[in-house]
Amino acid sequence: MHEITLTVNGVVQQVAVPGRRLLSDCLRHDLGLTGTHVGCEHGVCGCCTVLLDGEPVRSCLVFAVGADGHEITTVEGLAAPDGTLSPVQRAFAECHGLQCGFCTPGFLCTVTALLRQNPAPTEEEVLEGVSGNLCRCTGYQNIVKSVHRAAEIMAEDR
Amino acid sequence: MKPPPFDYHAPRSLGEALDTLAEVGEHGKVLAGGQSLIPMLNMRLAAPGHLVDINRLPGLADLDVEPGGVRVGALARHAQVERSERVAAVQPLLRRALRLVAHPVIRNRGTVVGSLAHADPAAELPAVLALLGGSVRLARPGAVRDVPAAAFFTGPLESAIEPGELAVSAFFPALPPRSGTAFREVARRHGDYALAGIAALVGLDDDLRVTGAAVACVSLGPVPVIVDVTEAAGHRPAAAADWAAAAQAVWERVEPEADIHATAAYRRHLAGVLAEQALRDAAREAADA
Repeated sequence: MHEITLTVNGVVQQVAVPGRRLLSDCLRHDLGLTGTHVGCEHGVCGCCTVLLDGEPVRSCLVFAVGADGHEITTVEGLAAPDGTLSPVQRAFAECHGLQCGFCTPGFLCTVTALLRQNPAPTEEEVLEGVSGNLCRCTGYQNIVKSVHRAAEIMAEDR
Repeated sequence: MKPPPFDYHAPRSLGEALDTLAEVGEHGKVLAGGQSLIPMLNMRLAAPGHLVDINRLPGLADLDVEPGGVRVGALARHAQVERSERVAAVQPLLRRALRLVAHPVIRNRGTVVGSLAHADPAAELPAVLALLGGSVRLARPGAVRDVPAAAFFTGPLESAIEPGELAVSAFFPALPPRSGTAFREVARRHGDYALAGIAALVGLDDDLRVTGAAVACVSLGPVPVIVDVTEAAGHRPAAAADWAAAAQAVWERVEPEADIHATAAYRRHLAGVLAEQALRDAAREAADA
């Protein structure tokens, strides 16, 4: 077992994990943060995407022990501490950017990072940006709308 | 699925990493970005006894960009190399190829040297290294060797890396003046491994006649297949070169395999079509250079 320290959504967490514990499982089982969803477990579906030091990564393709000492933001950490939804979350709600919602946590994390890097993405940049996240029900139209809407909300807030 | 158990090592220095790798020998596997290795572990296609995580080693994320080429350290992430303007100025084919590697989120974590070490014949970066005639630097305690691309890729997912060795960097040479490159591939979905892909390199003389033309083929053989098509294209001006004949030479040379996604004949067809497109693109770029 390895004693590791992760800063998850601003909270310092100490946990003991075996070397083979995936970060996704550490978040869900060891820390009880079940917002991070596990789909394919080989890096294709993007449901488990979280932010590692601000950059989106697949938490099923990172070992928890490898994240020792790093900062992680999960979908639970996107809203403000008082529960106010982030612009990306608001946009997804407004534009109905989800149906069953299984893939949504990964989309929210990916899009949060995408808009931080590129506050006004073109249609093509949005498609490229979300291409690594699979949604089986929406056909992406409303997800793409949500990304543009989130960019608008963020611009208005500024 | 979940990875099988292993002993996890987190060395803090290159010396410590090399000692550990030497000790565990063939039971050891290096973990850098993990974007190919961890899926293999999750699917139980690999079960190394020891994982040596090199992410804490200092200095290995460096990009050494010189007029002669780009040396990429073992911890340089795809995204880091892709975003580097200095790299793009010296070796534009790297950025072009990296944009075709999986998805941005995977590229945040995956490493260039890791992709080379993984030696997947369906991957873009081995083809780039092979086409450019680059090399991989391998270290073991007290010894370092540079292995040229032609000797590095030895089979599907097999490379010249010996047990106990660590790939510490890779070198991608710059192009001579009046050269152009291109990368074309066909995948079922954006970001997937290509059904077939072609990287092309064309060099011209001062009269814009073709002096050299070659392609590297992706997903069309057990290793990146290099086909020199200089003769087939004829020593003619780039605009009048016989790129169709060059593509035919590629078509004849490759020996693709069939799988559930594409027949061998379809892959061979793609090889020809993509080779002609990529060679024309590369020649146009060389003429404009």
